[in-house]
Order: sequence, then structure tokens, then C-alpha cells
Amino acid sequence: MRFVLALVAALVLGGSAFAVQPDEVLKDQTLEKRAREISAGLRCLVCQNQSIDDSDAQLAKDLRILVRERLVAGDTDEQVHTFLVQRYGEFVLLKPTFGAHTLLLWLTPAFVLILGGIGAYAALRRRPQSAAAALDADEEKKLAELLKRDQV
Amino acid sequence: MLVEAGHFALALALGLSLIQFIVPLWGARANDPVLMAVAPAGALAVLACIAFSFVALTFAYLNSDFSVLNVVQNSHSAKPLIYKISGVWGNHEGSMLLWVLILALFGGVVALARDSVPMRLQANTLAVQAAITIAFLLFILTTSNPFTRVLPAPMEGQDLNPLLQDPGLAIHPPLLYIGYVGFSISFAFACAALIDGRIDAVWARIVRPWTLGAWAFLTLGIAMGSYWAYYELGWGGWWFWDPVENASLMPWLAGTALVHSTVVMEKRDALKVWTILLAILTFSLSLLGTFLVRSGVLTSVHSFAVDPERGTFILGILILFIGGSLTLFAWRAPMLKQGGLFAPVSREGALVLNNLFLATACATVFIGTLYPLALEVLTGEKISVGAPFFNFTFLPLIVPLLLLLPLGQTLAWKRGNFLGTAQRLYAVFGIAILATLAMLAFQHGGPVAAPLGIGLGIYLVLGSLNEIVTRSWSRGAPLSVAWRKARGLPRSTWGAAIAHAGVGLTVIGIAATAWGVETIGSVRPGERLKAGDYEVRLERVIPRVEANYRDDVAILTVFGSGRELGTIETMKRLYVTRGMPTTEAGIMTVGLGQVYASIGEVQADGSIGMRLYYKPLVLLIWIGSLVMAAGGGLSLTDRRLRIAAPARAKAVPPSAVPAE
Repeated sequence: MRFVLALVAALVLGGSAFAVQPDEVLKDQTLEKRAREISAGLRCLVCQNQSIDDSDAQLAKDLRILVRERLVAGDTDEQVHTFLVQRYGEFVLLKPTFGAHTLLLWLTPAFVLILGGIGAYAALRRRPQSAAAALDADEEKKLAELLKRDQV
Repeated sequence: MLVEAGHFALALALGLSLIQFIVPLWGARANDPVLMAVAPAGALAVLACIAFSFVALTFAYLNSDFSVLNVVQNSHSAKPLIYKISGVWGNHEGSMLLWVLILALFGGVVALARDSVPMRLQANTLAVQAAITIAFLLFILTTSNPFTRVLPAPMEGQDLNPLLQDPGLAIHPPLLYIGYVGFSISFAFACAALIDGRIDAVWARIVRPWTLGAWAFLTLGIAMGSYWAYYELGWGGWWFWDPVENASLMPWLAGTALVHSTVVMEKRDALKVWTILLAILTFSLSLLGTFLVRSGVLTSVHSFAVDPERGTFILGILILFIGGSLTLFAWRAPMLKQGGLFAPVSREGALVLNNLFLATACATVFIGTLYPLALEVLTGEKISVGAPFFNFTFLPLIVPLLLLLPLGQTLAWKRGNFLGTAQRLYAVFGIAILATLAMLAFQHGGPVAAPLGIGLGIYLVLGSLNEIVTRSWSRGAPLSVAWRKARGLPRSTWGAAIAHAGVGLTVIGIAATAWGVETIGSVRPGERLKAGDYEVRLERVIPRVEANYRDDVAILTVFGSGRELGTIETMKRLYVTRGMPTTEAGIMTVGLGQVYASIGEVQADGSIGMRLYYKPLVLLIWIGSLVMAAGGGLSLTDRRLRIAAPARAKAVPPSAVPAE
């Protein structure tokens, strides 16, 4: 349900999904392929978590055309990214850059893995205490009864 | 009248939950069986009340009672019957009611399992369950009441969101909720064990079926949602790393870790403290998912700040239960005694590694989903974390886990021999590597990811089945003996092998997407569009009118290697009441692959935009998930886990119970 609702919201904002229109496609196949790859990493700024490659919103279309124009003009992928970040801020990148503000984001996976590994190894090395839990008074009584029954 | 009765039943359920919370807890402390016996009775009464309330709302939908606000906002008299029913949970208020109904259902089942669960544990567990029920009933009654009346009643309703009018969506939420809420039982058992200060292998044996069941349903729910997105959203993707998807993936990852750690705890009495913590975290992540989706915080941090009532309430629930249970954990866990020694190279060691990778993967999804929200709240800076980030970080964590899976499954308990284990898998390694090389040679410079991934999938499938073969067949033994031995293996062994093979199938399906072909073009009637070896011809575009929507239907003939395979229809649909357009993809299944077409707008020159895909082996993604869930289900039927058959279990002599 929750899964669906955000997608629904995304679609309400983005309209029905068709994304890349036939008239946008570049003649040059290698350029078009690069354009698609770049588009998949750029956020449609008015949508919810959709790339401009997936979105049907007008802004996404404008951005797709813009990316293609830059590529045709001879920009490298890097230059297209820089151009868009200058214009729209880092918000446009679906994969944030590595920097002071994203340190925690990028390092958490490695951090958890290494700390967890060390923790698990340390726990393995430590000799555990006695294996069985002690019986409480009630259970002692039951056990005694059972043993007595066995003897009879 | 029925609506008021339903509303009243909900309030009554709240009162009863209070009793179910306080009395058994006190009874367990005072060791009073009469007070403890209130727990199962209370749980059943709460279930009856909530079920009645749910039926009352369903009737309001069936009768199109437009004096109920919830029905007005989400129904329409012309809506087909099935969507009148699924419309009950196709909205915020109703879905929360479904949430507590499932919670109460689980409580009811625990109440009926009185012979297999010790009384004290049951009393404490149901008390914790009642606490969750109280919180969510309060939430519904104060902020999200589905029974609110509207005066004067309008003549017609506003219809259900068109995207939700789909059979897949009718069953997706219940499956997902059974998974989510099912983990509340593991959580309640964990808290009960902490309250009591005792935990042992028996606890793990009691908890395991609940966890396994919840996990299987969550697997089905996520797979269902993914397939729905695939055919309904019209651009052929099946996973978007959307925060809402992540909200269901996090409990799934933690739940998968939990399913594995309870095995260690049950068999070897080890990893107790970790298992308890994991049970708490898994349900906490379910609650977090509820908060993320229900508070509106995902749409925008600002929309949460503007209308904070619901969000703040759920945030309160979140803090209360996560904070409370973790405090309980910090206080009680040091008293739990560790048992079961094992060497690092052993089945236990492998399962620890499994838990480490799954927990890290879960932490990665967690930080990726919440980091942008936290950053914006703290510094005002806006960043996006989307699919490219998750693909980049998630894959390096999952691939080693998958590579280790068959090895871990083959290792002996307690102290294993790595070389000996690898030797038992040499045939599996060999076949997987040969298959990968063959595919690489055959595809002439296609994407390298596909053969590598499919090779990994083959390794997983064969490695899982290898476990069954090596345990039942020895060199020279006749097949009939091997078959008998294989049949005699515990169901949990079969279940694990099948579930792991399912993982392999899903991996194959995902890897094969790299071989997919996509063509975008515009076509006129009579013209063709080609994607890989497949081609479609647009026959004609016709209008069609149904009860609550209008279609522009494109009829396509599909050709494969020159042969005509049949026709498919793809539509642009307009839901009249809401004026909302949707795309219905046309899909033809060829073997395990699919030809997938969706149409866009009619262009100025009268042609129509079309996206055509060929997706080889794509069905394996979901077939694999079904197989995983089936493996979990089979494992549930294992004799030692059967909950409802205590008499039968007693009749079996102890020697007949397999050691493993």
C-alpha cells in the first residue's frame, strides 16, 4: 500500500508515464545512449524521486532536450553534469557527490560492515559463560517430582 | 446504524486492549494463572470487535453509503464490485484499519496456540501486542477515523484512485501488511522474553514460525508490488529505489537476517542477544515504514510541518515503541546468558556473516532513504539519493553474500572444514563457470553483467539443490534409496534449499535485464516497430468505453522471428470521475521473457508514440520470489515447528524427530 501510494503520488505529479518521446531521440546512437545514461542519473525536480528519463513531466522533457543539446554541442558527460548542477544545485543529481555534507551517507555502509565484523569476531573469541540457564525454584520442584516419579 | 456500531466496536476494542495490556502483565509478575488467562480471552475479544468494525466499513462500501466521508472520497457507485471491496483498504483510514485487523488476527492466533506456548510467555507476549494495538487504535480514532459521517450526503462518490483499480492492488496491501504486522509477533515475543529475563532455544522454536510466516508474506507482498509497478507504470521498470519501496525492503532485509539467526539460536542456543535485538529492529523498521508513508514526510519535509497531526502521532508511536523496547533491551540483555560455542568456520559462522551483510545492506537502505530528509531538516541543504546511489552501494554488499550462500549452507555446524565444503561443491562451481564462459563467448560483445549475473544465479540454484543431493545420495547407492532418503530429510532442509534456489532464479531474472532491448518510435496503423528478435505491427487504434473509464486501445500484432505470435492491446486510459489518465501496457509472455509495449500521445502527424521492449527471462524475477516464499512456507510445515498440532507431536516417539 505505502509502496503504491508514493508511486501514485509520483504519477499524479508526473502525469501518465511515457517519458522519452520519439521526437526527442537523437539520430546518433552513441550520443543517444550517453544521453539516456546521463538522464537516468538526473532527478526530475518537480517529481517524487523520478529520474528525468522516467518522467513525463514538462520539466523532465525540457531537461532531456537540454542534455541532448549539450551533448550535440560536444560537451563531455562531466561537463553536462557540472552545467546542470550549476543551474539547479546538487538536488538534480540522484547520486550525490562525495563531500563533507555527504560523508555520513557514503561512509555508513563501510562503517557498519567493518564495525559489525570486528564486533562479531570479538564476540566469537570471547569465551561464553555457562551454557544453561539456572532453574528457578518452581522448576526445581517439578524436576524433583519427575525424578521421584521415575524412581517409583 | 451499522457504521455507528462499527465505530463503537473500534472504541470497545480499545477498552478491551487496555485490559489485555495491564491484567496479564500483572498476572505474569504475580504468577497468577487466572490473571494470565485474561490475555488469550482479551485477544480474541479484541479480534472480534475489530473484525466487526472492518466488516461494517466493508458494508458501507458495498452499499455505496455516501453518508460516510471515507466512502465518498474513495468510492463510486459504478465501480466494479472487487474494487468496492479493495477500496476499503485503498486509502489512509481504511488501510490503518486493515493494519490493526491483521495485528488483532495475529494476536488471536497466538491466543489459540495456548498448548505450544508457555503460559507466562503467552501472557507477556499478548500484553506487548495489546500495547501496539492500543497505540494504533488511538491513532485511528483520534486522527484517521474511517467512520466519520458527512452531512448532507452527496449523491455520488469521488471514485477510487485509478491506479489502485487493479487486481494486483487488491491483494498487494493485505500481503504486505501480513508481513509487516507479522513481525510484531516476533517483537512481542522478544519483549516478553526480556520482561521475563529468560530466553532459550525453546523461545527460538516458538518464535521461528511467526517470523518465517511474516517473512514469506512480506516477500510475496513486495514481489506483487514490484510486478504491479512493472505492468502498470508503463515504462517496464520493476524496482525504483523509491523511499516507499525502501520502507518495505528494510524490514524484509532485517527479517531475512532474523529468520537465519533464529536457526542458530534454535539449533545451537547461540546468538541470543543479537536475535532479540534483531526481532526488535525488524518490527521497528516496519513502524518506521508506516511513519514514512503515513506522515507525508516523504513528499516534502514542509508538508509534514504544515499538517503534522498524523505524522506527529505516528512519530510518537515510533519513539515510544522503539525507544521503549531498546531501553528494555539495554536493561535486560546483559542478564541473558550466552550459550553454544562455535568455531569461526562453521555453519554458525557463515550465518553470522549472512547477518552482517544483511544488516549492512539494511543500514545502507536506511541511511540512503533518511539522509536527504535529515540533511534538509538540519542544514536546509537539499540533495537527492536515488537509484544510482543504491545500485552503487547495495550490489557490493549483496554479491559476496550470494557467493557465500551455497558454501554456508554446506558447512557443518559447530566446526566446519572450508576445503572439504568447497570440494562438495566443485561440480556446482564447474557448471556455473562453464555456463558463464559459454554465454560470454556466445553473445559477441554484449553486456558482461548478464552472463556474470546469470552464472551467479546458476551457482545459487545448483548449490542449493546440491545440499539435498549430497545429504541423500552417496556414490554407488541406488536412486531409490537416495529418493527415500531425500524424502526423509526434514521439511526445513527442503524449505531452505528451495528458498535459496528461488534467490538464484531472481538473480538470473535481474541479470538478464541487461540483455533487454528497448525501442522508442512513432508508428501509424500498418507500420512496424522492432525490438531485438521481436516486432509489432500497429493494426488500429479504437476508442472503448467502460463503466468508469474510457480507453484508446492500440491493437498490435506481435511477430517473433518472422512468425505471427498473436495480438496484444495497450491502452491510454482516462478515468472519467477524476479526469486522470493512466497507461495500460500490452504484454505478451514468450517463454520466460516478455514483449512489452506501451503507447504515448498521438503525435501531430497522426502517428502514435510507442515504447517497445523485449525483456528476456524477466518473469524469473517474480517466479524466484514466489519460490522463495514457497520455500519459507514449506519450512513452516516442518514437524517440529507445527504450532497447531501438539497432540500429534506428542504421539511421535522422540527418536523419529530428526536431529536437525
